[in-house]
Amino acid sequence: MATVELLFSALPEHVRTARLVAAAVARRAGVDEAVLDEVRLAVGEACSRAVGLHVSQGISSPVRVVLTEDEKKFSIEVADDAPHATPVAMATTGSAVGTPAGTAPVADDAGGDSEDDMGLAVISGLVDDVEVSAGEAGGLIRMSWPTIPASVTP
Amino acid sequence: MDLSLSTETVGDRTVVRVGGEIDVYTAPKLREQLVELVNDGNYHLVVDMEGVDFLDSTGLGVLVGGLKRVRAHEGSLRLVCNQERILKIFRITGLTKVFPIHTSVEDAVQATD
Repeated sequence: MATVELLFSALPEHVRTARLVAAAVARRAGVDEAVLDEVRLAVGEACSRAVGLHVSQGISSPVRVVLTEDEKKFSIEVADDAPHATPVAMATTGSAVGTPAGTAPVADDAGGDSEDDMGLAVISGLVDDVEVSAGEAGGLIRMSWPTIPASVTP
Repeated sequence: MDLSLSTETVGDRTVVRVGGEIDVYTAPKLREQLVELVNDGNYHLVVDMEGVDFLDSTGLGVLVGGLKRVRAHEGSLRLVCNQERILKIFRITGLTKVFPIHTSVEDAVQATD
C-alpha cells in the first residue's frame, strides 16, 4: 500500500506542492539528507512533464503521485493519462536519455518535446533506479532511492 | 518561495539577479524578463543565480532560450553560480559546455572571452 498518494490538477503551480510533499515523506522514510535535493528535483521534473502532457493534450484528469516506503527503499511513481502513440519502454542506468554524447538535448524556451527530453535527461542523470514507460493509457515514471534504517542496534 | 527578479546595468552588461525557485510555474516570469531585456537592446546579460534555491529543466530551457536570443545579436549570456546543487544540474545536462559560469558578478562583468 502506498504511504502517501497525491492527486493534483494538472497546473504548474501545484508541482511545487508535490515536490514538498515528496521530500517530506522521503525524509521520514529515511532517505539520506544529502539525496533529498535529488528526490525533490526528480519528482518535480516528473510532475512538470506530466502537467505539460495533460495541458498540451487537453486532459482534465489529475496527475497522480504515489510515494511508497518499503523496508529498504523509498519509491515514487508519477503517472499521467496522456496516450502515447508509440509505446515506449526503457530503463536507464544514469546516463542522459537518447543523447549520443551525454549532452542533453538543448531545449529552448518554446517548450515542447525538447523540454520534455531535457526533463527526462535530468531524471536519468540524477536517479540510478528509474524506469520510464508509456502506452495508450498513459505514462509512468518509477524512481526509487535506498533508505537508511531508522535505528541501528550494535 | 516565489521568484524574485531585479536588474542592474554595469558598464555594457545587464545583471539580472534571480532569487527563489525557478520551476515550471515561475520560469515564464524569467523568460519574460529576458525577452524584454533583449527587445530593449540589452545583448550582454549576466544572470546571477546565487539567490536561487531551486532550478529545474524548465528553468534551463529559459536560460538556453535567452542565450539563443542574445547570440542572434552577437551578445552573451553569462551565469554566476557557486551552489553545488545548482551546478550539478548544469553538469548532468551538459550545459556547462554551453554557458560560461562565473564565481562572482564582478568576474562575469569583466569577462570578455
